[in-house]
Amino acid sequence: MSAVLAVLLQLVQFALVLLVAPLVTGLARKARSRLLGRRGPLVVQPYRDLAKLLRKEAVMAENASWLYRIAPYLVFALLWLATALVPTFMTRQPLSPAADLIALVGLLASARFVLALAGMDVGTSFGGLGSSREMMIASLAEPAMLLVIFTMAMFVHTTSIPSIVDFVLGRPVGLRVSFALAVISLTMVGIAETGRIPIDNPATHLELTMVHEAMILEYSGRHLALIEAASMLKLVFYLSLIAVVFAPWGIVRADPDLAGLGIALGAWVAKIIAGTLVLSVFEASIAKMRVFRVAEFLGGAFLLGLLGTIFLYVSQAP
Amino acid sequence: MLMAVLAAVAVLLCLGVIAPILASRTAFPWGDPLAHDLVYLGSAAACLIAGGAALAYFLAATSAPLELSLPLGIPWMPAQLRLDALSAWFLLVINLGGLAASIYGKGYGRHVDEPRRVLPFFPAFLAGMNLVPLADDAFTFLLAWEFMSVASWLLVLSNHRQPGNAHAGMIYLVMAAFGGACLLLAFGILAGVNGTYHFADIRAHPPAGWVASIAVALVILGAGSKAGAVPLHAWLPIAHPAAPSHVSALMSGVMTKVALYGLVRVLFDLMGDPAWGWGAVLLVVGAASALYGILSALIEDDLKTILACSTIENVGIVLIGLGLALVFRVNGLAALAALSAGAALLHVFNHALMKTLMFCVAGAVQTATGTRSLERLGGLIHRLPVTAALALAGAAAISALPPFNGFISEWLTFQAVLGSPLLPQWTLRFGVPVVGAVMALAAALAAACFVRVYGIAFLGRPRTAESAAAEDVDPWMRGAMAGLAALCLAVGVLPRAVVVPLGHVVASVVKAPLPSATNGNGFAGWLWLTPLEPSQSSYGGLVVFLAVVVVTVAGAAGVHRLANNRVRRAPPWDCGFPDPQPATQYTGSSFAQPLRRVFGTLVFRAVERVDMPEPGETRPARFDIRLVDPVWTVLYAPLLACVSWVADRANPLQFLTIRRYLSLMFAALVILLSAVALSR
Repeated sequence: MSAVLAVLLQLVQFALVLLVAPLVTGLARKARSRLLGRRGPLVVQPYRDLAKLLRKEAVMAENASWLYRIAPYLVFALLWLATALVPTFMTRQPLSPAADLIALVGLLASARFVLALAGMDVGTSFGGLGSSREMMIASLAEPAMLLVIFTMAMFVHTTSIPSIVDFVLGRPVGLRVSFALAVISLTMVGIAETGRIPIDNPATHLELTMVHEAMILEYSGRHLALIEAASMLKLVFYLSLIAVVFAPWGIVRADPDLAGLGIALGAWVAKIIAGTLVLSVFEASIAKMRVFRVAEFLGGAFLLGLLGTIFLYVSQAP
Repeated sequence: MLMAVLAAVAVLLCLGVIAPILASRTAFPWGDPLAHDLVYLGSAAACLIAGGAALAYFLAATSAPLELSLPLGIPWMPAQLRLDALSAWFLLVINLGGLAASIYGKGYGRHVDEPRRVLPFFPAFLAGMNLVPLADDAFTFLLAWEFMSVASWLLVLSNHRQPGNAHAGMIYLVMAAFGGACLLLAFGILAGVNGTYHFADIRAHPPAGWVASIAVALVILGAGSKAGAVPLHAWLPIAHPAAPSHVSALMSGVMTKVALYGLVRVLFDLMGDPAWGWGAVLLVVGAASALYGILSALIEDDLKTILACSTIENVGIVLIGLGLALVFRVNGLAALAALSAGAALLHVFNHALMKTLMFCVAGAVQTATGTRSLERLGGLIHRLPVTAALALAGAAAISALPPFNGFISEWLTFQAVLGSPLLPQWTLRFGVPVVGAVMALAAALAAACFVRVYGIAFLGRPRTAESAAAEDVDPWMRGAMAGLAALCLAVGVLPRAVVVPLGHVVASVVKAPLPSATNGNGFAGWLWLTPLEPSQSSYGGLVVFLAVVVVTVAGAAGVHRLANNRVRRAPPWDCGFPDPQPATQYTGSSFAQPLRRVFGTLVFRAVERVDMPEPGETRPARFDIRLVDPVWTVLYAPLLACVSWVADRANPLQFLTIRRYLSLMFAALVILLSAVALSR
């Protein structure tokens, strides 16, 4: 494979996740509305929202600092990078040595750190409320996610996604209790981290319940567009991650040919759509939780992750 | 190179002697500022020499240890000194921190309440810390160790009129004495019946069996109490903040590392074949310290106390790494042992950088605003722009975020945890992932803790008039902080620059090469850090850093081309009801509330009481929180009660006649002699 083609495909990967992200969010909203008996906005509505926000001027609080101004760009860049590092249609790309699961968790943590600080910059009570709750949720979700990674990594002896894919595709893994627990745990973490129901409601502006929205309450215009795009990318990140780790079928591992790429792309799109629909069904069938119930929810995810690790040993025992 | 370090120590000791003479105002009216400049610039120069010598040791092709015997100390036992890769690594850590603290002190020292109580002991403290890694016999080691303890104790007491500081000094002294006594007994056991205190003799004839286990337990108690490992940490969040900030930086950033040096030296070098139980103890203590430290940091209000609690967490992470190294070494998994030891020693280096930086920031905040309480700060990013930017780097580094240095050592420790399926002991197979999970929790809580610290102190609106009128600090202080922040980023982006010298240290400590240092020579090695095999895991600090920069710039350029670029300044939105009073912001206590509810009720038995007046009543509403530190109530309070009970009972012994004293001594002599006769 020539270097030019490799770089091109890497750029395609970056562009792909960015272009698909609003569509995934639009699809999730549409499906949820239909399940709730409403018609819902068009699937392309998020593109229109982003375009509208980009056209508007940015209104900033008088005492906003430089951190508040650069935060949206940093958050967007970190999440775009993290999402693009998760393989979608092929695993061997120039940047794929960076696709280490723990490093990806680190990138997400950096983005969250910057955004939580930006929420506190203006010094309003809502900003602090949002940041405080976001960090509480994250401090429970992140270890749960790391435990899922432990479960995977102890089984396949690697934290690099391309190697995990090679392992899973290379031999019949079969159904394993640990993997089932890991999928459930990772899904719970994903729901919490992307601010979906039952943890947070992306459609609400009700003081007592909002988390993410409270944190970014002061943002407007292009800054808000970037943060919105970043949250859409985060949803793609989790869907894509679950797809590539637990269901990597169809992905291109060797030198790409056109047919292989086409199949891989189609498979990825199908997996993302399936994941989005499952998410919508889940969201439509559950009620929003109180903030302090989140600890129990994520504590459950943490324990499932730990159980997954322990079952791994039990099943390996001679 | 050894001579250069010794020369630096001599310079530091001389400075400690000259400073009080110069600073006595009656003798020389111009002495005070001169002593100030001489001490801090001289200390900086000495640290530069000693650190440079340590660096030169790594750059030199030969890695043979350098030895020296000085005719000092007890007549029949000359002081033995030795510079090997392990001591050179710790000398590097000590002198980097010392250099930064000295340069910082050049500016900060003027703001200290009583500079003349600090000047003589600051270089003496540095000299003591430099001597510990050089010592090659138990006597010199303990002498240097106690010298370091006493010098730092005097520095803790330099503000002795401040309420609470005398108490802090008292607790510190008791704990230092306890730790010293444990080490004394440990070396007594290590030396054996023949009493050979030279480390080479101990290395040649290490104790075995249960005797070795007692020695290890004593060393863990002695060095662990100095490093602040749970449950011997109680003094640390009280004593470290009591000292002036540049000394706190040294105590937290550097002295805890010297304590860890003692642990590594004995456990990995002097003791013979380790048992896996020792590693398991370190793992449990490390996990407890990591979680307990960061949870205490989350609920504290004083900036420096928060940082001191976070030191307990980081010491815990290092202990986890060391425990893993022991456990893997016992089971013959050389590459994993090297990886764990490398991760621990790299975290020692990284934590020294970032904790020194953060304490310098705390000192700058205190200088600028006169307070360290989070609830009285706010909005400093507008008033202290340079300090705020550097503090952001430090906060990101200590929260283990890529692309900073803290992430690399924690990532390597996680990679080591993932090797646990290869262990044959079932206890460890189940236990190590649990320890890893606790460490993951601690890392996530650390990010929350430093969002709280930075968000409350530097962001938002000023909560008091002092923080609204704060001025940024002088160039010396800013320079020291900038240097540390730059190093934090540089090590995170180019870890190989540190990992290659670290390879020599690890090779000498666990007798196995560090895979990350030997893997990937040439250009690829600089791009990707690989703990074991390139296909297993890799992290490219430089790649991630460049990618973030490129993607940010590309994103910004794209947005500025496509979007509306106008910015309008307006009052904050705040859902339509902005309140002009800064008191309506989130406070440090309210920020911590969700986490306090989740973890605090379990660990600290946190009770929140809200006293809301009835409608029509005019008294104010009250809210208070009661926290109980379990370690104090469970461990220390009974121990104190026991000690005072014994003291009361022993009190009559102080009022005996000389006849009775003589007969007591005689009885003791008879008992000891008969014990010796029986044991022979």
